[in-house]
Amino acid sequence: MNDKQILMETKSLSKNFGNLAAVRDVSLQVYEGEIHAIIGPNGAGKTTFLNLLSGELPASSGALYFDGSEVTDWRPDRLARAGMGRSFQHSSVFEQLSVRENVRLAAQTQFPNSFGLFRPAESYADVGRRVEEVFGEVALEWSSGARAGEISHGEQRQLEIAMLLALSPKLMLLDEPTSGMSRNETLELIELLRRISERHTLVLVEHDMDVVFQLADRITVLVNGSVLASGPPAAVREDVAVRTAYLGTQ
Amino acid sequence: MRPVTIIAAIVVAAMLVAIPLFHNAFLTAHATRILIYVIFAMSLDLLVGYCGMVSLGHAAFFGIAAYTTALLSAKAGIANILIGLPLSMLAAAAGALVIGLLTLRTSGIYFIMATLAFAQMLHFLVNDSDFFGGSDGILLLTRFRASVGNTVLLDLGNATTRYYTALVATSVAFAGLALLVRSPFGRILQGLKSNEQRMRALGYPVARYKLGCFVIGGTLAGLAGHLYATLTSLADPSILDWLHSAQVLMMVIIGGLGTLIGSAIGAFLLIELIDQSAELTDHWKLIVGVVVIAVTMFGRGGLVGLASLLRTSVFGARASA
Amino acid sequence: MQLSTFLIQLLNSVQYGMLLFLIASGLTLTFGVMGIINLAHGAFFMIGAYLAFQFTRFWGWPLPAAYAGAVLAVVVLGACVERTILAPLANRDHLDQVLVTYGLILIFDELAVIGWGKDVLPAEIPALLRGSVQLGDMVVYPVYRLVLAGVGLLCAVGLYLIVAKTRLGMIVRAGSFDRSMVRALGINVSPIFSMVFGLGAALAALAGVLAAPILSVSPGMGDKIIIIAFVVVVIGGIGSIKGAFVGALLVGLFDSFGKILFPTVSSLIIYALMAAVLVWRPRGLFGKTA
Repeated sequence: MNDKQILMETKSLSKNFGNLAAVRDVSLQVYEGEIHAIIGPNGAGKTTFLNLLSGELPASSGALYFDGSEVTDWRPDRLARAGMGRSFQHSSVFEQLSVRENVRLAAQTQFPNSFGLFRPAESYADVGRRVEEVFGEVALEWSSGARAGEISHGEQRQLEIAMLLALSPKLMLLDEPTSGMSRNETLELIELLRRISERHTLVLVEHDMDVVFQLADRITVLVNGSVLASGPPAAVREDVAVRTAYLGTQ
Repeated sequence: MRPVTIIAAIVVAAMLVAIPLFHNAFLTAHATRILIYVIFAMSLDLLVGYCGMVSLGHAAFFGIAAYTTALLSAKAGIANILIGLPLSMLAAAAGALVIGLLTLRTSGIYFIMATLAFAQMLHFLVNDSDFFGGSDGILLLTRFRASVGNTVLLDLGNATTRYYTALVATSVAFAGLALLVRSPFGRILQGLKSNEQRMRALGYPVARYKLGCFVIGGTLAGLAGHLYATLTSLADPSILDWLHSAQVLMMVIIGGLGTLIGSAIGAFLLIELIDQSAELTDHWKLIVGVVVIAVTMFGRGGLVGLASLLRTSVFGARASA
Repeated sequence: MQLSTFLIQLLNSVQYGMLLFLIASGLTLTFGVMGIINLAHGAFFMIGAYLAFQFTRFWGWPLPAAYAGAVLAVVVLGACVERTILAPLANRDHLDQVLVTYGLILIFDELAVIGWGKDVLPAEIPALLRGSVQLGDMVVYPVYRLVLAGVGLLCAVGLYLIVAKTRLGMIVRAGSFDRSMVRALGINVSPIFSMVFGLGAALAALAGVLAAPILSVSPGMGDKIIIIAFVVVVIGGIGSIKGAFVGALLVGLFDSFGKILFPTVSSLIIYALMAAVLVWRPRGLFGKTA
């Protein structure tokens, strides 16, 4: 772990909404190649924190570093182009477009020559190949012609991940990827994430403790916007403050 | 494309080509006017139907082009399409760039109102100024022609020539737009309409694409505006009024958003509705108003939507592309 | 500029601004609270003016009855329109609302032509309020315009009190911040929306009634003023009464002084103002930031 590079780091990152401190002074590091889970009770500021990381929200104070550069005030599209992919708590896909088109739009970003004005989008073979590759990696069974708004909730989550894969991001930020999924779907997703993590760095916000302890290399616990503990799963599980926070709030 | 559609397209094309052969001056002029509005409506459909930007100020670019054409004729004595058309479209594009930069900072209702207000600003500009002819507008001095040196290639003094010029322009605009919406650029616009946040999160510089779309749409509206001025020999403030923008928006919605052919149909239907109602009574606005309200409240997706609804119920659902 | 001219333009600004506020407040509430674009809001202004004229000139009603009657009739009309046409469309696209309200404009404009013809009606300032009054030793100003400004200010204060101090107002403020949340809280929004819409229509009608003697009463008058009201709402921010007030005063100021200082481009000035505000604050001065 020690000779791994730090891919993303926050230094005293904070976000206030008026008098409400949603994220307080959070400093953490995400190492390249790891699966880093962020857990905590409801209202702990996890999604807000993720929004700070992906540029959806500007920080009130503190700094954010990604892949060697300071990216504190960068907007979402700039961060995405720099290699950060993000999934949302309520799946954010193109509901009116077909599943295939969803992935194609994501894949297209990686091929700068494919932004033409007059050739049909389908004629760009390199983008098409990438789309096929992603479908292969995700290994799921839905019809790629279906509209994204019409597939099941679990399939939409999977679609979102497929889109992220098509971006070939260095870092994937996943906001509760298993929420609303059945037991089987969750197991499939865990497998998928394990496969993906071989070549990507993942930061997951999760509620499902099984998923967290099966997948995470390191865990950060957020309570009331602050870091309560951060480290390998075994250490976090034994941490007194964490146990109090969770048992106390049950 | 299905055989039925291809046959229908051929029939329609044949009818369009045949119109001047009836030697009916009114019919030819009427059809020319419809074609101009088809271009105008399709250009707005690009913004509204494909990219989700509801603009109530699209007449601004139509008017800029028309006034540029009129000014070229009246003040500079230029009556050559080869000069007038590009200049008018350029002026419309420039207007779209400026207005786009200012209004695209907003979204939703703000955008609707901002575009409306800027178009209205242009309306007052020309209405209150002598240079732009005030409320009477500017008359074109002569008919436009396409000439290179001393050779006249096209003389728009001839109604049939005007019609075929408009037909060619409409066909080119339609073909261009059809290619554009299937291209990667067009797909990006549709992605923007579907979920702008997701587009940003994928790394697309959203503002740039919206501006590009706005300018392309404005430029095509300029094409329609130039043709309008050459057809009517007049550019007057009413074409810049926000009610004119609302009219073309209605054409797009009535015909069915996001289907170019729908805008064409919508343009045809609304113009026919207005003209036929005006024949029936001076108070045609009542009829049009009621029809518009009825169509909106009871017809989902405009007429193309209704048509596809019919098709699905009669022939069964098609697998989506 | 002479001081007296300056003061007169200042008074003109306030008077015009108050008129705009009466119209824009209803518009901004309808947008902000109900999420409905009502392009036909200017029709309430127009119908108010026409009815007031009808009641006083043709039917000889006493002034208070005529004014109250006109406003009431418009409120009833507004309620009908809202119930039958706008409420069913509340959840639809803005586009559908634009279409439908545009259809309403066509209908109302034509009804005005049918009822009173296309010519401008000779509305007169009521006898009681004619003449001018001396203000200080520099300014002589028409009484009627002062009354108009006064009524507008009263309504502004009244509206502020309603929005800030009553339960209805609290729901209005919450609704303009997050509409779906208000519904989710189980608050029955329909009657509230109707009330808000009716209030907006009443204010616009009042504006029409008061403005009739000084603006021209003609079938297009609603369409002309609604554009300026839109500018006020964009500048002030959607859903904000404060924004409508400040925006209206700003527009009044720029318009009145603009006519004196830059007569050739005076009609453009308020649009330049709007452009400037949009660059600085795309959601208006007091609109909620994204």
